[in-house]
Amino acid sequence: MSKVIIIGAGPAGLSAAITIAENGLEVLVLDEYMIAGGRLLGQLYEEPNGNWWNGIKESKQLYEKALDLGVKIQLHTAVSNLEKIDSSWVIYTATETYYTSHLLLATGATEAPLPIPGWTLPGVMSVGAAQVMTNVHRVKPGNRGVIIGVNVLSSAIAMELQLAGVQVACITLPKMSLVTKESGNPMNVMNSLLHVSHMAPSAFVKFGSKLMKIEFMKKMGITFFPKNGVKMWDIPIMLRKAVIEIYGDNEVEGVTMATISPTGEVIPGTEEKVQADFVCIAGGLYPLAELAAVAGCPFYHIEELGGYVPLHNERMETALEGLYVAGNITGIEGAKVAASQGVAAGLSIVHNNGTSNQEQNIKKAIQDIEHTRDNAFIQFHPAVKEGKQKLQHYWEEHLNTVKDMVGN
Amino acid sequence: MTKRIIDHPILGKLDDTDIISFTFNNKEYRGLKNESLAAALLANGVRTLRSHEESGAPRGIYCNIGHCFECRVTVDGQQGVRACLTPIKENMVVTSNEKLLTTVRDWRPENE
Repeated sequence: MSKVIIIGAGPAGLSAAITIAENGLEVLVLDEYMIAGGRLLGQLYEEPNGNWWNGIKESKQLYEKALDLGVKIQLHTAVSNLEKIDSSWVIYTATETYYTSHLLLATGATEAPLPIPGWTLPGVMSVGAAQVMTNVHRVKPGNRGVIIGVNVLSSAIAMELQLAGVQVACITLPKMSLVTKESGNPMNVMNSLLHVSHMAPSAFVKFGSKLMKIEFMKKMGITFFPKNGVKMWDIPIMLRKAVIEIYGDNEVEGVTMATISPTGEVIPGTEEKVQADFVCIAGGLYPLAELAAVAGCPFYHIEELGGYVPLHNERMETALEGLYVAGNITGIEGAKVAASQGVAAGLSIVHNNGTSNQEQNIKKAIQDIEHTRDNAFIQFHPAVKEGKQKLQHYWEEHLNTVKDMVGN
Repeated sequence: MTKRIIDHPILGKLDDTDIISFTFNNKEYRGLKNESLAAALLANGVRTLRSHEESGAPRGIYCNIGHCFECRVTVDGQQGVRACLTPIKENMVVTSNEKLLTTVRDWRPENE
């Protein structure tokens, strides 16, 4: 009997590994990073109950629990390819080839870049890069930064930077273009921000967000949105300005910003320079699913889940036998949801392997995912549940197609 | 001036005692044992990790977690190593990748 293999040592992968090991199966986890935890590592925020969610601590706990249960975790190992030969999944890394009949892809998410003139200058980085530098490596990404892209992730990380003594000059929009589309349109950004207003410590923002539920008020709100922004954690959030260029000779020296109309058009003559020694680009997260694509999974584009996701069911099984998914590869959500999906995937593997009957536990695990989702503090997309329903619908269609094929 | 965050209000104090040295483009630097090469260099104020193979333009880290390959350098003779995923080791020799001659470019004088 071969070991179960999990690709990705984040909250989903480690939770699955723990669940599988607890049920007596051998598990190997592969991850290309040098520390286990995935994107969970960088996370740091205060929960409504006043406790701090410390990603490093959470990661360490999961990692050590997995090790105690005998899980083998091989870090610094990138998977370059996988394929199915006979009834085995074959996993290729730079040094070794692994075989398994149950493979879980828990590869997480990656950040979408926003192409802005000057974005290749040293000192320009994704907002997640600044987060990892600051919280995990404890190195300042710079002394004073500008964050381009207003969304849940960038607002949370701006606060983390400030906590570590890194100045954030402002969070602002990218100049609207064919590529930046929604993220450059003040009205769209405002709409997408409304569902995170509960995170705002300021009563003004909370109160404002209630008014903003009315369409007319939204238009008024963006038209009269202060040109110098509204402050959140003392950081100006500017919805009526956009970065048109990042400048600097060999490194970032600053950005050129301009005032934009409520629909995102640059107002000529309003350009101004803002000095900074680093710039973060925050284009949002999307599922990192290349390995599922290489494996041959069918994919669907579901906006509410953050992009293309491999077809799978509530039990975290893909349409391919022996291949499972959990965590952000299934849609962009918080670490707690990812962990609960890992548990469900782990139980499905134990069940399908014939080790023990897990029907009841799987049902409970699926309910747990729902419950965790309903109670999530940070929601990346307000309609994530609708997204999951769409996916379930595609899964049922898939089952019917398979039935028809077998019937003929 | 250090770029390290020694004291953090939530994460606590950083243990920065285990220091090792390595070289980047023939210059010696110090960093914390097992931290990533990208972090060690940034802590030393180094942002430019390589020159673009075709244009020669300076490049540094972008994603910091291994996805984008913008931070590729040569480590102990091995090319294309991602600085963000590589823990530094004592006496590690790191060099930048420089602009390359490219066969796909049109080298006729009018394009120079």
